[in-house]
Amino acid sequence: MSDTSELLKIQDLYACIGEISILKGINLEIKPGEIHAIMGRNGSGKTTTANIIMGHPDYEVEKGIVELNGKDLLEMETWERAREGVFLSFQYPQSVPGLQVGNFLRKSVAAILGEEAAKGKEFRNKLKESMKELDIPSSFLGRYVNDGFSGGEKKRFEILQLMLMKPKLAILDETDSGLDIDGIRTVAKGINAAIRGTDSGALIITHYSRILEHVKPDKIHVLISGKIVKTGGPELALELEEKGYDWLEEDSEN
Amino acid sequence: MVDDDAREAVGDYKAGWHDPENSTIRFDAGLSEKVVRDISELKNEPEWMTDIRVKAFKHFDERPMPTWGNMSMLEEIDFESICYYLRSSKATENDWEDVPEDIRNTFDRLGIPDAEQKWLSGVTAQYESEAVYHSIREDLEKQGVIFLDMDSGLREHEELVKKWFCSVVPYSDNKFSALNTAVWSGGSFIYVPKGVHVELPVQAYFRINAKNMGQFERTLIIADEGSSIHYVEGCTAPTYSTDSLHSAVVELIALPGAHIRYSTVQNWSANVYNLVTKRGVAHEKAKIEWVDGNIGSKLTMKYPSVILKGEGSHAEVISVAYSGAGQHQDAGAKIHHLASNTTSKILSKSISKDGGRGSYRGQVTVSKKAENCKLNVVCDALILDENSRSDTYPTMEVANPTARCEHEASVSKVSDNQLFYLMSRGHSEEEALALIVNGFFEPFTRELPMEYAVELNKLMALEMEGSIG
Ligand SMILES: Nc1ncnc2c1ncn2[C@@H]1O[C@H](COP(=O)(O)OP(=O)(O)OP(=O)(O)O)[C@@H](O)[C@H]1O
Ligand SMILES: [Mg+2]
Repeated sequence: MSDTSELLKIQDLYACIGEISILKGINLEIKPGEIHAIMGRNGSGKTTTANIIMGHPDYEVEKGIVELNGKDLLEMETWERAREGVFLSFQYPQSVPGLQVGNFLRKSVAAILGEEAAKGKEFRNKLKESMKELDIPSSFLGRYVNDGFSGGEKKRFEILQLMLMKPKLAILDETDSGLDIDGIRTVAKGINAAIRGTDSGALIITHYSRILEHVKPDKIHVLISGKIVKTGGPELALELEEKGYDWLEEDSEN
Repeated sequence: MVDDDAREAVGDYKAGWHDPENSTIRFDAGLSEKVVRDISELKNEPEWMTDIRVKAFKHFDERPMPTWGNMSMLEEIDFESICYYLRSSKATENDWEDVPEDIRNTFDRLGIPDAEQKWLSGVTAQYESEAVYHSIREDLEKQGVIFLDMDSGLREHEELVKKWFCSVVPYSDNKFSALNTAVWSGGSFIYVPKGVHVELPVQAYFRINAKNMGQFERTLIIADEGSSIHYVEGCTAPTYSTDSLHSAVVELIALPGAHIRYSTVQNWSANVYNLVTKRGVAHEKAKIEWVDGNIGSKLTMKYPSVILKGEGSHAEVISVAYSGAGQHQDAGAKIHHLASNTTSKILSKSISKDGGRGSYRGQVTVSKKAENCKLNVVCDALILDENSRSDTYPTMEVANPTARCEHEASVSKVSDNQLFYLMSRGHSEEEALALIVNGFFEPFTRELPMEYAVELNKLMALEMEGSIG
């Protein structure tokens, strides 16, 4: 039986790609309204964790549980997870030449929230407002999805989608990397507005404490070689920034 | 209604139903000089036309099959089993209500009368060998625009037809242009007077309904000085287990400063051979554009071409081809720069899937005395699975060193990460693939009238269904 008071529950998760094992027993629980962060050095398995929650076909889950509100995500196709309320802001958003942004947003909101949500004035207003908040010029509606976008534009566009799709669980994979200072503030504002005081939750993957100063996560987890080796409050981010990861690595060896 | 085996073979083809055949005249299958003369006599044609037909037939008879394209598929064509003339309706009507009911139903199902009311200057509908419906907006008629089916064109404007017929595509051009010239029936005849701009597109719709049918329409468009016109054609046929042959010839003449755009969305069922010769001549500062979409058919061999005869003329060929199971789209473009300061652009996009084969065959030439020409060729192929194939056969023959030539080619596959990104936005794998595919075709669809663009996107989404293994 699952404990449904958890929004996201990851238990004893092991995953590999081909012969290489990447996640070696992840445990993580996020309650409704909470924002968690994952930090950890390059190659430690952060993106892998995000991809597995979303259902990327390249990874094989060897063992473990991933549930959203008590529902087994691992049983679902990627688009079913999206319709269930999982959203991933990609570290490297993909471009789709020829697919217009406006068209893509309408189709995606329709797929996730239903046809009605993507129609009429209300949707158009929400779209306009959100684009304004994120400083995305309206000319982007006629451009092709992520095609020729700058690094920061791609990240803003991910957050625009987040704002329109109103997910239950938002995973942000290094959304702050490549954003300018104003961008980080705007994005943090967007996340707070979307999560705080609601029964949604967020998992923020980052290398920097700056975004966390604005978001004030409930918990920070440190991932090393596919395992969470330490969990703490917001103060952990500063400590990591100061000391790096070596002192934790020794812990994880034992 | 539809032959089950055939349907299975070609998959889900929306226009694949057929109506009972109620022909008023049907020639016996097979081709001979007598058949050619009979067609001409039945149409009460002037002698010079009968003579061209007979000469063309003789040439067809002697001419070997082409040695490019898909020779093994070409060898399968059984010219003796094809019916070369079939008439289902006595006269060409210009009131929709007067078209025989069964034929009207066919076109109603395809949405033709709706389209006419909404966004066309004129429309012609051809069923088997003859045009069954024809109309043109009154205001255009008053300005002297002629838009007729080709048979009426010959009757009512014999001098014009005589002057231009076979002037761009001689019957001896290739085996299939000879065949068309011998047995042609239907097609469109258009003349746009000097300086007249036809704002909305005119449309022709071609439908083969009977089994083992040959459709050989002939189209001639003359745009006089400084005029412009956009012509759109669509094609469908029912799904049968035996093959049909569609072999058209289209000739365009853009006189100085004129602009002709010719758009096609060909969605023949996968048992139709589509062997078409399309060519235009552009005089001084004239512009010819071919916008050519090949989605259906078993084998298509079609290379829309432009002869840039006048100084400062421009040619564009934008084409897309989709090849699914059992299909081969051998398409491309030919452009000949004969005069100075002429420019051309070729954009070819092809998708192959489920073992389908797409080939780009292109030829661009610049003659010795043509100075400062500019040529741009881009071919992109998207291959959706391991069994499918894409080839390009580009040739450039540049005899004048002042020409500036650009050529780009790319072959790509849909990446898992691209699919994953779209699926994470709530789209099933098939929907995601359709979004990518329609995006790939977008440079083409944006050139089409709205209704055609929507229809094409729907068609491609349908093709992507059931494609994920
Ligand atoms: N498709 C793949 N093939 C082989 N190895 C892979 C693949 N995907 C991930 N890996 C490996 O798995 C490990 C974890 O990668 P992951 O992308 O999850 O790291 P990360 O923590 O997100 O790093 P970064 O901070 O650099 O984004 C890395 O060593 C990476 O090389
Ligand atoms: Mg990463």
